[in-house]
Amino acid sequence: MHIVDRRLNPGSKSLENRQRFLRRAKALVQGAVKKSSQSRDIKDVLEGGEVSVPIDGMDEPRFRREGGTRDMVLPGNKKFVEGDILPRPNQSGGRGRGAGEGDSEDTFRFVLSRDEFVDLFLDDLELPDLAKRKLAEVESEGIRRAGYTTSGSPANISVSRTVSRALARRVALRRPRREVLEALEAELLDCSEERRAELMAEIEALKSKMRRIPFIDPIDIRYRRFETVPKPVAQAVMFCLMDVSGSMTEHMKDLAKRFYMLLYVFLKRRYRHVEIVFIRHTDRAEEVDEQTFFYGPASGGTLVSSALQAMHDIVRSRFRPADWNIYAAQASDGDNSYADGEVASRLLTDNILPVTQFFAYLEVGQENGLSYEMPNSALWTLYEGLRANGAPLSMRKVNERSEIFPVFHDLFQRRGQQERTGS
Amino acid sequence: MTATDQLLFEGADWDFRTLQRICDACEQIARDELGLDVYPNQIEVITAEQMLDAYSSVGMPLFYKHWSFGKHFAFQEASYRKGLMGLAYEIVINSSPCISYLMEENTATMQTLVIAHAAFGHNHFFKNNYLFKQWTDADGILDYLEFAKRYVAHCEERHGRLAVEHTLDAAHALMSHGIDRYPGKKSLDLRAEEKRAGRRRAHEEREFNDLWRTVPTGPAKSGAVLDVERRRQMLGLPQENLLYFLEKTAPRLKPWQREILRIVRHIAQYFYPQSQTKVMNEGTATYVHYRIISRLHEQGRLTDGNFLEFLQSHTNVVFQPEFDDPRYSGFNPYALGFAMMQDIERIVTNPEAEDRDWFPDIAGTGDTMGVLRDIWANYRDESFISQYMSPRLMRRFRMFHLHDDPEERAGILVDAIHDERGYRRLRRELARQYDVGFIDPNIEVVDVDLAGDRRLMLRHTVVKGAQLIEADAKRVLQHLADLWTYDVSLVEADASGTVLKEYVANPRKIAAVA
Repeated sequence: MHIVDRRLNPGSKSLENRQRFLRRAKALVQGAVKKSSQSRDIKDVLEGGEVSVPIDGMDEPRFRREGGTRDMVLPGNKKFVEGDILPRPNQSGGRGRGAGEGDSEDTFRFVLSRDEFVDLFLDDLELPDLAKRKLAEVESEGIRRAGYTTSGSPANISVSRTVSRALARRVALRRPRREVLEALEAELLDCSEERRAELMAEIEALKSKMRRIPFIDPIDIRYRRFETVPKPVAQAVMFCLMDVSGSMTEHMKDLAKRFYMLLYVFLKRRYRHVEIVFIRHTDRAEEVDEQTFFYGPASGGTLVSSALQAMHDIVRSRFRPADWNIYAAQASDGDNSYADGEVASRLLTDNILPVTQFFAYLEVGQENGLSYEMPNSALWTLYEGLRANGAPLSMRKVNERSEIFPVFHDLFQRRGQQERTGS
Repeated sequence: MTATDQLLFEGADWDFRTLQRICDACEQIARDELGLDVYPNQIEVITAEQMLDAYSSVGMPLFYKHWSFGKHFAFQEASYRKGLMGLAYEIVINSSPCISYLMEENTATMQTLVIAHAAFGHNHFFKNNYLFKQWTDADGILDYLEFAKRYVAHCEERHGRLAVEHTLDAAHALMSHGIDRYPGKKSLDLRAEEKRAGRRRAHEEREFNDLWRTVPTGPAKSGAVLDVERRRQMLGLPQENLLYFLEKTAPRLKPWQREILRIVRHIAQYFYPQSQTKVMNEGTATYVHYRIISRLHEQGRLTDGNFLEFLQSHTNVVFQPEFDDPRYSGFNPYALGFAMMQDIERIVTNPEAEDRDWFPDIAGTGDTMGVLRDIWANYRDESFISQYMSPRLMRRFRMFHLHDDPEERAGILVDAIHDERGYRRLRRELARQYDVGFIDPNIEVVDVDLAGDRRLMLRHTVVKGAQLIEADAKRVLQHLADLWTYDVSLVEADASGTVLKEYVANPRKIAAVA
């Protein structure tokens, strides 16, 4: 009888199979991911979680039969006697269940890890970073270990490597071991005269050999070698511009917030380094921290240009467009004072749009409103004009939480090559 | 010596020394008292996740990669997490040494149960049942699976994952029709099989010459049409082993595709005896664990508490819900098998007049284990039930036979119940439910139109009016056509030859590329 403990064996032998399954079921799972993400909080969504997938999209066909006359032997007769006629159970519904399996396998829920989930969710999304794509490959130097070398600074001596080379050399050149010498010297202490001379000679020979073959020789010394490697660094900054004027309701802010979160997670996955700048504005704009941005009370009139101006200032002082991929997402209910349109338009065309990769404008509407019924607001009309002139700007109207994901998806859908260069 | 010195363990905890003690104690009873003859045992302790892994690759420790195993893993993991399904306590592999997996979460009592059940019950059955002897090669299977895994991975490297996936998908769809149902000239020797596969590949590589590939094929040799009988004979038709037929005759399969079909076919064949002996195999294992553990308790090596824990698990395993119970999903092979084994024990040791009438050969002979060992060696579910289901057991299960004819408007007929008139009919019908020859649709390759468009012709012989489910049939045929690379037709005909339905599938373009 042989007992083996296999618990330490790597588990997840099925990992590879599971990935194959996901790959194959990708379209199905992706659909499920999107559906499930609509009904949940963004934060939860990006934690990964359960999705249900219709199994019939993934079933493996076999020749199977049905119908015809059936004979079955069952246990548990209560009262039937031979020749009884039993009414048929509801045929369509009853049969699948009778088989004992069918039902539970129609759809099944399973857990996706956070990465799997986000990957599938974001898979067909792409940042419209077009023009500055080269920037994403801005490189900086990193250092990594690269074997050993025979020259270098003392600080980089590799002791273990040196010692092992010295040992190899000593063995190869047959350097006498100290024990041998000691043994001879011990013997020297009490031995006959003729043996004594012999021993002396032998000891001397050994000693000279030891001197010729040193314990550590300069040729043994090895230094750790490092080399610099180019490391791609891509950085992005996202400007969140939010209108917090009196007309923005809690619901609208909630929509905006969800959109920003999504954008943030998305950027996080694309870039090594993502900065977020929160700007809120009424008729005055200020840069605030996240807490204030989402929860701080503020109220007042609306001047969109103030936020744009603030963004422009911040870009100038902190984010050189040559080094940063700049994104902006603006959420507003679309109200703006009439006189401000001109200023905002000029700021956008002259200062902001030329340096941003992408500018997303999200117009948030009332709960239960219908987006296509919203009359075009002042801002909407303004942006539409800019877009018509080919600015990298996208705009959508959103009324319901559940619309956030589709809209986000829409905005960042991977575009065909032509559309990309065109937009 | 106090009682505790004799105990194998106390409480629920165990360590490897405990397991060893348990194994030794079980082995002693199994060999000396029950006369079991087993392959050497190897017990492996694994985690729940590893158990799920093993589940999803049909219980085998190593298997080639395929998405469907991932699907099963996801499905099983989901139901396990939701608590819909408890994990099986054990998985045991028909190999030599016989490998049994034990979950680390099991209590000491459960480990004892599993060892007695798997390492002695199943193990004895695997080694001695004639079907396993005839069809499976316990010594070779692990090596063969290792070879299959390597081979499939190798193909993926050379021919691309997708091409291999297409071939495997198709082979899996036909897996249940990749079996020789009747013993052939020789039994399976997987080790030799693997060596042959190696030689085949070496030979192909040696013989491969680009010259031949580029020789113009020209028009077919002659117009002489082989006469039908001769053609069918040459192709070995009719042939019910579809995978075998494709492997040998599909005109455009690459050598590696043939090898993959061969692998899937061998594996299907290896599992074939298991599907024919579910009731017997589980019945044997359950009977053996029940005997061994009861004996351990008698010997004072299990505490009463542990024995009660065992009884509870045992009772759960052999629970048979009645037909109107929501939990009912057919006969529980553990329940039916165990009940029959116990019933045979009763007939052998303490028969009634009725038993002497029904089982004159074994009633009252007194040698329970002798009779059981003989039965375990020489029967499969179908013959076992039709031979040894006793009236008493039919009464105990209160069995009844329903005959459902869709033409009959009035409803379902109760054709037989557990009474004098019904016993034989009940028994016959129940045995038929376990007859694999009857469970799987009978589909054969009947002809190939060699003179014409090389269409492959299959026939499904319809029994009792049960036709193929259309959606599935179409998809399987599609796979078949992809492998055959010409049209495939399937005719469904009843016993009198009347054609009920006809399917045609055309090969897809990608298949030719793959």
